[in-house]
Amino acid sequence: MSEIVKDKRDRGRAPEPTATTGAGGTGSSGGDPGDTGPVTAGPTALRRPRLPRWAPAGVALGSIAIGVLIGLLGNLESRVQWGLIAALVFVAATFVLTSAVEGRRQAVDRLAASLVWSSFVVAVLPLASLIWETIARGIPGVSWYFLTHSMNGVLSWQEGGGIYHAILGTLQQVVLASVIAIPIGLLTAVYLVEYGRGRLAKAITFFVDVMTGIPSIVAGLFVLSMWIMMLGFGYSGFAGALALAILMMPIVVRSTEEMLKLVPNELREAALALGVPKWRVILKVVLPTAIGGITTGVMLALARIAGETAPIILLVFGSNMINANPFEGAQSSLPLFVYEQWALGTQAAYDRAWAAALVLIVLIMILNLVARGIARWKAPKSGR
Amino acid sequence: MSATTTDPAPAPAGGPGPEPARRSAVRPGDRIFSGLSKGAGITLLVIMAAIAVFLTIRAVVAIRANEGNFLTTFEWNANADPPVFGIAVLLFGTVVSSVIAMVLAVPVAVGIALFISHYAPRRIAGAVGYVVDLLAAVPSIIYGLWGALFLVPHITGLYEWLDDFLGWTGVFSYDGSPARSLMTVGILLAIMILPIITSVTREIFKQTPKANEEAALALGATRWEVVRMTVLPFGRSGIISASMLGLGRALGETMAVATVLSPAFLINISVLESGGGTFAQNIASQFKEAGAMGRDALIASGLVLFLLTLLVNGAARLIIARRKDFV
Repeated sequence: MSEIVKDKRDRGRAPEPTATTGAGGTGSSGGDPGDTGPVTAGPTALRRPRLPRWAPAGVALGSIAIGVLIGLLGNLESRVQWGLIAALVFVAATFVLTSAVEGRRQAVDRLAASLVWSSFVVAVLPLASLIWETIARGIPGVSWYFLTHSMNGVLSWQEGGGIYHAILGTLQQVVLASVIAIPIGLLTAVYLVEYGRGRLAKAITFFVDVMTGIPSIVAGLFVLSMWIMMLGFGYSGFAGALALAILMMPIVVRSTEEMLKLVPNELREAALALGVPKWRVILKVVLPTAIGGITTGVMLALARIAGETAPIILLVFGSNMINANPFEGAQSSLPLFVYEQWALGTQAAYDRAWAAALVLIVLIMILNLVARGIARWKAPKSGR
Repeated sequence: MSATTTDPAPAPAGGPGPEPARRSAVRPGDRIFSGLSKGAGITLLVIMAAIAVFLTIRAVVAIRANEGNFLTTFEWNANADPPVFGIAVLLFGTVVSSVIAMVLAVPVAVGIALFISHYAPRRIAGAVGYVVDLLAAVPSIIYGLWGALFLVPHITGLYEWLDDFLGWTGVFSYDGSPARSLMTVGILLAIMILPIITSVTREIFKQTPKANEEAALALGATRWEVVRMTVLPFGRSGIISASMLGLGRALGETMAVATVLSPAFLINISVLESGGGTFAQNIASQFKEAGAMGRDALIASGLVLFLLTLLVNGAARLIIARRKDFV
């Protein structure tokens, strides 16, 4: 009986804090009559009863047991269902227990906490599964032979073959794309930070933002309509590199801009005060100060475009042979290779697809880790 | 280019002249450098304009030759003579799969962002942020491969369950065929756009004024009440714009859709059964068989996709920019 009374009192007091914020100074006098209640009721009411510390663990164990029990009795095959049942029981039991002992507000708080934690688990599961599948199915196919041979003459159902031509194509296309995109991206960022004022700079900022959202296939279609259909060039690694450059530019601009903004103004002013021309200030002071962050941004952009498939399908066309000339004739690339092998649909081709996917993911993770390593290494100098 | 190379010539000539003239003149190196950087910025604008112009030119060619209605025709026979094609199915599939992705991804992404900014212990929060960034770095083709060879065979159980309980709505009826449907695509897209939504909302949540949170805590609010009263109202516009950025990604995603979906030019009310298509997927899978007219038709559909993403991304950026002025 006393439990219920206390609970009601809690509920009555729950909205009070929000009310007092509006009331300001008068709120304290309004709160007084409510507060005198618990004090006269005795010292136990000063602290709300709380669940013991071991309660969450106990509820978790209990709900896992219930989940397993229901799973066994109901003859449910999938372990995922067992887990789901256990999770639901856990959330419900925690909510009921907490609202009985600690009050409704605490119960809602715990409910929200378990929702937030479960959303974290929900996000980690697919990544773990993706990495696990790629490694488990990819490792058997990766070998020195696989890395150093092309697919020339290998039929779809045959074992063997390799990705040398695809690695070569990816490297050449990515290098060509960065040769085009990095200078333009860097200079644009310099313009936006050091020179840009007024409408032109605002327009460029806005369109750089919008450009980051261009679907890769649209960039591919643009190069297709201009380079191949209008100017009459053939499919080549260079055409693919053009599209990749379009995708890379805005990323380079964004990250470089952020880094240049971090360079302290005192450095610029000190150099200018010594009579150094502005362009030499930018080249000798501003860029070297921010070089760590800029490199990180460029590496992340490289990692991003190395995995692009859609424009490569349209512009590089794909080939099973080694073609070391990116300016002439069809090439291949790692992501395109994965797609082609998946499309063949035989077990041998699936195995090659997983192995190539593993190589691609390793390549991109290395780029990412190096980028973050540079960022951490250079951080104290530029990130002040 | 020729302008910037000829410009420096007069400046050195003016060098030996009187002092005031030299001081007012811009140094040649400066002029070249600022010209170059301005030129680079303008190049970007020109590229954006060129994308719109070139796509429009080819699209006009295609739409002129089209015998069907570009907006309402339910088939894609652009290589036939006369060509007949329409984007109704593609628009439907693109919007439906993206909406499914948004509905699934936004709550989870907000949850993860809250987890990182307000719930997790500091160490774990850093690690989770790192994992989320890695999730963003995985190429879409690998998501596609995983979706087609792992997700599709493992998700039929869920679909049968949905069919048992919600099949009467028609939207969730399921015939037991391989799960290469818009729903699977939506789930895969949701996983793919989680990172971008999470990282943007996380940044915004971290900017919540500490004073507001502490004021709420001082009034005796629980952690959830702090989040509800200070963090979420402060981050609302950030959540909206982050979701729209994610939507832009989902609309234009190609490979994950091309590998998972089994396309068909029809509108199926049930999202669990195969059929339908999206703009990007249609371009990627039809391209190899397309003739001259077929390519123009694909470019026309690409233009629609371009405008769609431009609209969504532009709106998202405007919301962010307005907020920046505001804070």
